[in-house]
Amino acid sequence: MFETLAVPFPATIQDLGRVGYRHFGVPVSGALDRVSLKLANALVGNRPDAAALEMRFVGPKLRALTTVRVALAYAEATIERNDGSRVRLPPWQTATLAAGECLDIHRVHGGVGYLAVTGGFATPLVLGSRSTDLRAGWGCALREGTTLPVGDGECAGPERRLSPPDFPAGPIRVIPGPQAERFTAAAWETFLSDAYTVTEQADRMGLRLAGPPLTHQGGADIVSEGVAPGSIQVPADGQPIVLLADAQTVGGYAKIATVISADLPRLGRMLPGASLRFTVVDLVAAQAALVEEQAWFTRALASIRPATEEDAAIDQAALYEANLIDGVVYGE
Amino acid sequence: MRILPLGDAALTIEWGEAIDPAIHARVLAAYEALRDAPPAGVIDLVPTYRSLTVHFDPLTTDRAALFERLQALAGIAPKSALAGRHIEIAVRFGGAEGPDLEAVASQVGRSPDEIVDTLCALTLRVYMIGFLPGFPYLGDLPEWLRLARRATPRTRVAAGSVAIAGQQAAIYPWPSPGGWHLLGRTDSLLFDANDPARPALLAPGDTVRFVRV
Repeated sequence: MFETLAVPFPATIQDLGRVGYRHFGVPVSGALDRVSLKLANALVGNRPDAAALEMRFVGPKLRALTTVRVALAYAEATIERNDGSRVRLPPWQTATLAAGECLDIHRVHGGVGYLAVTGGFATPLVLGSRSTDLRAGWGCALREGTTLPVGDGECAGPERRLSPPDFPAGPIRVIPGPQAERFTAAAWETFLSDAYTVTEQADRMGLRLAGPPLTHQGGADIVSEGVAPGSIQVPADGQPIVLLADAQTVGGYAKIATVISADLPRLGRMLPGASLRFTVVDLVAAQAALVEEQAWFTRALASIRPATEEDAAIDQAALYEANLIDGVVYGE
Repeated sequence: MRILPLGDAALTIEWGEAIDPAIHARVLAAYEALRDAPPAGVIDLVPTYRSLTVHFDPLTTDRAALFERLQALAGIAPKSALAGRHIEIAVRFGGAEGPDLEAVASQVGRSPDEIVDTLCALTLRVYMIGFLPGFPYLGDLPEWLRLARRATPRTRVAAGSVAIAGQQAAIYPWPSPGGWHLLGRTDSLLFDANDPARPALLAPGDTVRFVRV
């Protein structure tokens, strides 16, 4: 169990989502980057669908109230031990905290990071999922003072570490439609050749993009129909909106295309200011991309090994390097 | 009927592009056929006014078999009558809980009572649930009562608010921003997450009658 000491940016409990209720208007929710959630869970010995904490920019500061084993994906922390020492916890490595010790997650890399804990976060289950839906008030959005219950799990044995995978690079892959024909040939050319920028209006519901406007033929509004995470809606202003996990189940804007499943975690990791391009693929390529994702996921799982002194030395080197880079990026 | 791609994990079957009971009857027939014998890999079915979206797991679904099954729905007979539940919903109209009733009345040139009587005389069809968990899109309103949405949406509409816009009526299950005209409020519980078998009071194909209290 944890006590929440500070929450600099919104952080929510997420698992793999709330499926089976979309006909009742219930969004699927769940981790924006399901691959990282599953890997963090694997490190601490959980099932892939255990609930973890999803964080942006800077994570919370938590105090362990019981013995807990944790791992971070795309985030790093300082552990404040009961003996007064401070230890760095790098991403993709477990650490065990005794009651009273603190975890200060001072940095999240990229768009989202995850904190997994052995046993999973045992926040209330709503319609089969612990994922947070802010509009319905389900799940758990962290606040100062929030107590985070943890499920049963075994925290013994050596700490573990994995070699993180690299997400595929290149343009975001899409399948045209359902309203592909509602866009002019010029709009299609623009969509597939120009870069789009993620605006500040980016949250778990979707990313509003800015770029050359996409022109409709026959209007932007349609009679509402089903949408999916990855749907690229284009309202009358011609600026695309890519829907993410918390999107509504139906929508009334024409959709030029849909991002393939394998590229949804990459989208979920994008921050305001990020630049992206789109490319069209077919279903065969979409399927191949998912199979490839499974392959590198399996490789990452196979890389899980006991953390050694050597790892600690590498981490120290990485820390100095990160500080140098940060000095360049964030220096005055 | 046509089948449209919605990425690699969903397909949308479309029967038309209008809000029309005859189109919706086909949607419901297909929805019930798939719901009662779900194809392998399908995880969610979303019936709407005019289409049915089939969400599936792309790694475990035989896409060709699914596509064939969906194509066979072209010949399905529309549901002849609404076979869902009939629900009566008690509503307090006007006043602070229905702040737009007077304005709607003056806009359509009828009295507030006439508006309420008309609304309560209708048997409304639940076309779909969306926007928010349990939020029903109900129809159809008579021609003379169809208004565009408010020019400026409210930042907060109270839970239980009964509202109209276009040919539709709706009930807000949760507090939310909203641009529809608010005519009254109900205490009926529109969504109960503790009842996983039937969390929403209303489902597509149900009928609704408002009762003035």
